[in-house]
Amino acid sequence: MHDSSTTAVHEHHGEAHVAHNPALLHHFAEEQQQRNAASLGMWVFLATEVMFFGGLFCAYLVYRRWYFGDFAAASKSINMAMGATNTAVLICSSLTVVLAVWAAQTARRTLLIVSLILTMLLGMVFLGIKGIEYRDKFVEHHVPGASFSFENEPIPGHPGEYANPRHAQMFFSLYFVMTGLHALHMIIGLGIFTWLLIMAWKGRFSPEWHTPVEIGGLYWHFVDIVWIYLFPLLYLIDRHA
Amino acid sequence: MLNNFPLWPQQASTLAGHVDALYIFLLIVTGMMALLVFTLIIYFAARYRYRPGVRAEQIEGSNALEITWSAIPFLIFMVIFAWGALVFFKERTPPTDAAEVYVVAKQWMWKVEHAEGQREINELHVPVGRDVKLIMTSQDVIHSFYIPAFRIKQDVLPGRYTVEWFHATKPGVYHLFCAEYCGTQHSGMVGSIIVQEPAQYEAWMNGNSNGPLSGSGEKIFAELGCATCHRSDIQGRGPNLVGVFGKPVQLDDGRMLTADENYLRESILDPGSKRLKGFQPIMPTFQGLVSEEQLNALVAYIKSISLSNPMGGAKTSASGAVSGESSDNEGKTHTLPNGTKVQ
Amino acid sequence: MSMAANPITQPPIPPVAEREDYLNKEYGIWSWLLTTDHKRIALLYLLSITFFFFIGGFFALLIRLELLTPVGDLVQADSYNKIFTMHGMVMVFFFLIPSIPAVLGNFLVPLMIGAKDLAFPRINLLSWYLYIIGGALMMHCMLTGGVDTGWTFYAPFSTSFTNTNIVEAGLAIFVAGFSSILTGLNFVVTIHRMRAPGMTWSRLPLFIWAHYATSIIQLLGTPVIAVTIVLVAAERALHLGIFDPKLGGDPLLFQHLFWFYSHPAVYIMILPSMGVVTEIIACFSRKRIFGYHFVAFSSIAIAVFGFLVWAHHMFVAGISVYSALIFSFLSYAVALPSAIKVFNWTATLYKGSIHYDAPMLYAFGFLGLFTIGGLTGLFLSALGIDVHVTDTYFVVAHFHYIMVGGAVMGYLGGIHFWWPKISGRLYPEGWARLAALIVFIGFNLTFFPQFLLGYMGMPRRYYDYSHMPEFQVLNVMSTAGATILGVGYLLPMVYLLWSMRYGKPASDNPWNAAGLEWKTTSPPPTFNFEEEPVVTWEAYNYEELDAPQKQEVPVAR
Repeated sequence: MHDSSTTAVHEHHGEAHVAHNPALLHHFAEEQQQRNAASLGMWVFLATEVMFFGGLFCAYLVYRRWYFGDFAAASKSINMAMGATNTAVLICSSLTVVLAVWAAQTARRTLLIVSLILTMLLGMVFLGIKGIEYRDKFVEHHVPGASFSFENEPIPGHPGEYANPRHAQMFFSLYFVMTGLHALHMIIGLGIFTWLLIMAWKGRFSPEWHTPVEIGGLYWHFVDIVWIYLFPLLYLIDRHA
Repeated sequence: MLNNFPLWPQQASTLAGHVDALYIFLLIVTGMMALLVFTLIIYFAARYRYRPGVRAEQIEGSNALEITWSAIPFLIFMVIFAWGALVFFKERTPPTDAAEVYVVAKQWMWKVEHAEGQREINELHVPVGRDVKLIMTSQDVIHSFYIPAFRIKQDVLPGRYTVEWFHATKPGVYHLFCAEYCGTQHSGMVGSIIVQEPAQYEAWMNGNSNGPLSGSGEKIFAELGCATCHRSDIQGRGPNLVGVFGKPVQLDDGRMLTADENYLRESILDPGSKRLKGFQPIMPTFQGLVSEEQLNALVAYIKSISLSNPMGGAKTSASGAVSGESSDNEGKTHTLPNGTKVQ
Repeated sequence: MSMAANPITQPPIPPVAEREDYLNKEYGIWSWLLTTDHKRIALLYLLSITFFFFIGGFFALLIRLELLTPVGDLVQADSYNKIFTMHGMVMVFFFLIPSIPAVLGNFLVPLMIGAKDLAFPRINLLSWYLYIIGGALMMHCMLTGGVDTGWTFYAPFSTSFTNTNIVEAGLAIFVAGFSSILTGLNFVVTIHRMRAPGMTWSRLPLFIWAHYATSIIQLLGTPVIAVTIVLVAAERALHLGIFDPKLGGDPLLFQHLFWFYSHPAVYIMILPSMGVVTEIIACFSRKRIFGYHFVAFSSIAIAVFGFLVWAHHMFVAGISVYSALIFSFLSYAVALPSAIKVFNWTATLYKGSIHYDAPMLYAFGFLGLFTIGGLTGLFLSALGIDVHVTDTYFVVAHFHYIMVGGAVMGYLGGIHFWWPKISGRLYPEGWARLAALIVFIGFNLTFFPQFLLGYMGMPRRYYDYSHMPEFQVLNVMSTAGATILGVGYLLPMVYLLWSMRYGKPASDNPWNAAGLEWKTTSPPPTFNFEEEPVVTWEAYNYEELDAPQKQEVPVAR
């Protein structure tokens, strides 16, 4: 979707020019400006992502209000334990991201590489668990479409009442679109971190210049935060009932 | 020549005059604003055109002027807004006792059914001087019922009812257009509103009667077995429907709602979603088992057993849904358009 | 100001061939296709959006030809429906939204703030490639049958009833939307972080303020239509039922999501044009714009309020009376900043020293047409009137007055104004004035009759009006105007191209205009300025520029 704005590739020009960090791009006057620009750029990009997911959250909230009972029944059928595990996994991965940034800031190359690898491993664990959940939904015929079936599912807290399959299907439609888009962002995040790993391995990052790690980290934190919202909204409807 | 080159639509409803008055006001106000601005621009462009040796005068601005030309337009805008809102309220508030006509839109035709039972395709006969309320839904995509001569338009949606009303003032034939793009023959989804003098309208009605819509509804009510649970004599397994239309009802989750057309329709198609308090969730859904026309008939029937005036409706709120005020028509005698008196 | 009437002493212009600039620095197709120079990217956009303008214009021609007669006799109903849909989609997403920001904005933003390039040059190039990919998808979609939903692709028609290739068209717009988002991102970061020393916010040209506001809208609004397209595509491809009432969905939810972007989108289309017009009026009146801060903040106000009025497209869609009231009120609020701008532009003319060069003629045209278009917005915001005229030709006329009479006039004015800077050549002034006049006349003849048609009740998106033959006279007038308008648009294509080879070489500042872009050569060198400028003067320093004693020596050497 969007790759980091700076690389460490340095283009030499014929003319003599002032010595500077090879990562400084020539249209910037100084490194601080380049760093600030990259940072602001990533924050602005994350604002657009908020709006992107925001539209989905809006649709979700509207239907949840209208079909609360049916959504509660549907929510019960997705695996809260797996969701909670995934939440823990992502929070840990945010920790490893913070470690990676610190490692870059303090010239700890090994820690940086280890943290990046751990982050990616945790991300893959997340995706793996998500894959299992999706498979479960497929097996239970909860995937919207021709073979969708949600008969005789009780509405929590309302004994004797059963969820309307059409409305439950709405839940699952939104569930798959929202978690699917989130997973797509995770995959992109893994791609970004692969590239960061390669760069870190080659020793490109230093305390003077490690901007890609910082802004890559920002992106990862954002994807994590989206999940923090998705989890209670999707998995925890009316659980106390 | 003017017949072939009209510049203003006919006025044929009570609303048309109000809309046109606002429009003319807007034409005058915006015309004056435009004239003012254009005059100034042209004058300045000429008066201050470049002349050698004459330099421009650097003027930073003027807060006083900025405030003035913000405040005055804003006040004018508020007047326009308020006037527009007033006209809109009129347009969105069908009178009680309006004659009801059910409209089902489908690609690419208008199916009209009067409460008295007459059916029309792409035409709507109405008497002059009567309030008429259209209760509309679509079988497929979004359409829009537009009568330029009456200055009314309302989108017609699948899955719910929308309402519009008018009071025709001039006999004649007027355009009916679909005004929401709906596919291939969107331009062909046109028709006529035929406004007739009361006598001619009576004649037309009598010549086209199929029995009232509520009569068909009563038959369907029996055929589908609704009476098994919704008995009219005692409380059955389902709520007694006599008198329910237009009244506030309490739902299972504590919410209060008005039992309007949309609520009745929803209760037939999706009984679990807004169940009445105190009743078991045992009503089956009729989604896919009733057509839009049958739904209209059922709604008309339930309305007819709720009010002693089978022609009229309860007071309709500004949103087009029927509000919670109960009819106080009990005991009064009403005259149907064909002269019959009913209690 | 024209060279003949008001000679300004300029240092001798070195012959174009000798001096290195961004155009001749490198040759070859790859030096263009892999460039990261914002100026070259601007020209890449110029070529591409001109191409799509022709496509959209061709469809417009077909529409107007069909409507010459009441009977649908030129094309079939389905074809007509596809034609007006493609006209709308191409013009909105592939011409108007990119136009000024991607061409003039890309070219000028770094120059105006004294920077060497945008903050993210490679993302800028990526923006263009995304635009091209989106455009290619749209072309493929058109060539394989097109879509027939109207550019607004309302559900459930678009999700469950049409047989045309919605998913591909949606994907095209999705990809082009990312181009828009990245352009906005680039501008915001650039304006925040790359201003030259001394270039404070209050010294920024109002063109920059306008593009800043536009970028905010692009960033915050476009993602919403992106996700809406995802939902529509998912519903079509996977039979999900988010907007389908048969599956418990709500078609009105689609409309809310759609218009949440598409209303601010119209401000994306007009704000940059307002920025252009501001620069032109200041230059050709030889004075600072009246009420600088009011004009700057009105751009921001339009961007903010623009997000609050979307449901004024839905007054008869089935929303409640109370919602309608709120959105009507807010729509009047958003009209106010635009009115303030018009008054400020007018006041700028007062005691100015006005020149009638082609850019200024376009600016005058803008003032006239945008004012009319904006005033008709007051009609549409009035609930009582809107019920009658929504979905009729009144709306069509309103938005064309603003988007074509406003945005396109501004775009053309800007192209002419900065043409010397971009190309290093002067365009032929006589032809340019003629074209401006032809466009103005053709435009009014095309679209004014449509207001009348709309009030009379002619619905939009009708290819056959044989039930209302009384509408024919006005339709014929409109088509006649459209042909004149077409001529007016073709002329600049021809003479601007001609000027690239045969036009007189331009000096650094042929207009003696204010702004950092005029302090470097025409065309500029690749890195814009020989030395980083340090700004110690206010914007629109026309007093200084016109001071008779001093000779204005450009900073660029």
